[in-house]
Amino acid sequence: MSTTNKATIVHTPSFMNGDEFRVPVFKLLKQDGTAYKNAKLPDLDRDKALRIYRAMLFTRVLDERMLAAQRQGRLSFYMQCTGEEASIVGSTAALADEDMIMAQYREQGALAYRGFGVDEFMNQLFGNDRDYGKGRQMPVHYGSKKLYYMTISSPLATQIPQATGYAYGQKMAGQGHCTITIFGEGAASEGDFHAALNMASVHQVPVIFLCRNNGYAISTPAHEQFSADGIAPRAFGYHMKVIRVDGNDILAVYQATAKAREWAVENNKPVLIEAMTYRLAAHSSSDDPSGYRSKKEEENWRDKDPVRRMRLWLESKGWWSEDDEKQEQETCRREVLEALKRAEKRPPPDLDTLITDVYETPTPQLVEQLEQLKSHIRKYPEAYPKGAKSLNAAKEGDENA
Amino acid sequence: MPEMNMLKAINQALDTAMAEDDRVICFGEDVGVFGGVFRATSNLQEKYGRARCFNTPLVEQGIIGFANGLAAQGSRPVAEIQFADYIFPAFDQIVNETAKFRYRSGNLFNVGGLTIRTPYGGGISGGLYHSQSPEAYFAHTPGLKIVVPRNPHQAKGLLLAAIRDADPVLFFEPKRLYRASVGEVPEEDYQLPLGKAEILKEGDDITLLAWGAQMEMVDKAAELAEKEGISCEIIDLRTIVPWDVETVAESVLKTGRLLVTHEAPLTGGFAGEIAATIQSRCFLYLESPIARVTGLDTPFPLTLEKEYMPDHLKVFEAIKQSIDY
Repeated sequence: MSTTNKATIVHTPSFMNGDEFRVPVFKLLKQDGTAYKNAKLPDLDRDKALRIYRAMLFTRVLDERMLAAQRQGRLSFYMQCTGEEASIVGSTAALADEDMIMAQYREQGALAYRGFGVDEFMNQLFGNDRDYGKGRQMPVHYGSKKLYYMTISSPLATQIPQATGYAYGQKMAGQGHCTITIFGEGAASEGDFHAALNMASVHQVPVIFLCRNNGYAISTPAHEQFSADGIAPRAFGYHMKVIRVDGNDILAVYQATAKAREWAVENNKPVLIEAMTYRLAAHSSSDDPSGYRSKKEEENWRDKDPVRRMRLWLESKGWWSEDDEKQEQETCRREVLEALKRAEKRPPPDLDTLITDVYETPTPQLVEQLEQLKSHIRKYPEAYPKGAKSLNAAKEGDENA
Repeated sequence: MPEMNMLKAINQALDTAMAEDDRVICFGEDVGVFGGVFRATSNLQEKYGRARCFNTPLVEQGIIGFANGLAAQGSRPVAEIQFADYIFPAFDQIVNETAKFRYRSGNLFNVGGLTIRTPYGGGISGGLYHSQSPEAYFAHTPGLKIVVPRNPHQAKGLLLAAIRDADPVLFFEPKRLYRASVGEVPEEDYQLPLGKAEILKEGDDITLLAWGAQMEMVDKAAELAEKEGISCEIIDLRTIVPWDVETVAESVLKTGRLLVTHEAPLTGGFAGEIAATIQSRCFLYLESPIARVTGLDTPFPLTLEKEYMPDHLKVFEAIKQSIDY
């Protein structure tokens, strides 16, 4: 569509600033778990509702335990999803399980919903020999091919144009799948965000852009990130459908995403969702929010806790009780702690994984470099305990064979 | 065997790849109905439809980001960056994403299907921003393969190999030769090996090593040198990463001398990497220091382009200096 088509002609200079496009917020549930008057709740059966809630609760417990483990020095680094569970789990639950998820790094709730096992989480966090990523990335950089969850990459926003390309491939394959890409409002300042939305609109691909507007990019508040009415109005510039949703309202997120998915897949068109939420946790285990935001502000958002809101709704339906809650929390804690103990005892990845997967087959240069490294480690094994352990294990294996 | 120029050979390679595999998809700026500013993708949209050959918005980081995602999904994208000088907005996507996709996921995901085609090099009065040879930036990033053809026959065979290779490939096309280089090219499908240098001429006194458009300078310089009784061995590296150390080292063990030439600036250029490796492999056999004949450590000039370029006379002089050392 050309901008000059059907343009209204005026004869006095007239400037616009977009204020006429204020985007409303879609909400269904109040904080006490009851529905707003006139709100039509999505058709969510008991099993699915509980699957969602259990994933949210598991994520909350995992985050608490792993942050504690990091504080005890058992883990190098951690990032929490805390406060944003409804945005993540609610949107994931509205997708088909074969739809691709390309997330930023704080979206472990999506994996929990899809059934990533507690040991799978833990092996990645400890970078041990069973980590799918072979101990190459920092904690929380999960990936799962079988669960259609693209391995996390630290650079911000790079996954957004990739989601456009991935969804183009899905459109070509014609099997009715789509891609969701999830990112923060800070990442939306990157050029990759704009490139991705424009290309998705121009090339008409079934991709859902889910922005978790959680108020902060590390310490930078949203109002220092952009001056417009959030991220949502940017969709207009790309002629894209957009909805803004209360990101702490599980039912609103679920329904918005379900409708977005339906539209995207049926029409091969992108959709932008802006989920208004709050990063209750620090940016990461290396961050201390007390330097840039008030306790009062945090308390205010704690009152809007998305996990509690869903629990209250479940209780009002008679699908969940105080006992269920207690039991589930205990189960999650036990499972996490047991898996943590198992994972931290496991050996590091094999030394050879230093050079595998750089290319499909290691180049002669890489093979030579590995051999040189091995002879060096054999000379100074105490300086390289992990490498030496791996070499010994390989040697014993050879002798046993 | 039909004769054609390099553009036609590249076009034929793309045509062959697209005909054989529905997953091959070509896109970039002006790549669609126009067939690219150099016409490398001529008629492909007409033949394979808009879904498989199309224009993108003018956003290099978007083109490569999109291509990474498409390759991860299982397609075989061939993305064009209109000039290598304009690849830098995509640097993050190439260096942090393309190159690390397989490694960081422990081989759960990869973008091995991706080929990035881009015209590089000077000699066309293109000044700073239509002349650069940025291969060394990418050679410093493990996970990428880098290939440069020297003529139409090589271009077709190497491009087909690049598209089908299991790893992402940056394919730098010497744009000065797009129409200037004409040669016989088989009509049928064929591939030339990646990671393998080619000895074009055997000789005894000095090894001359280059790639792409610079091969022409090497040939001319060798002719001049032969007239003075200097026997030159000429090698086209063809693949810069992973480069064929064995072939080069074996040649230098025989000749005792090495000259490497490229258009890119001297400092941090790939000739430095080659020189360091070869001196460690052939130290006791070297009769003279390894010579580098390259562009100057300046931005690429316009009016004084001829002075900047490492032409056949500069190569010839360096050959004589090496012999007379």
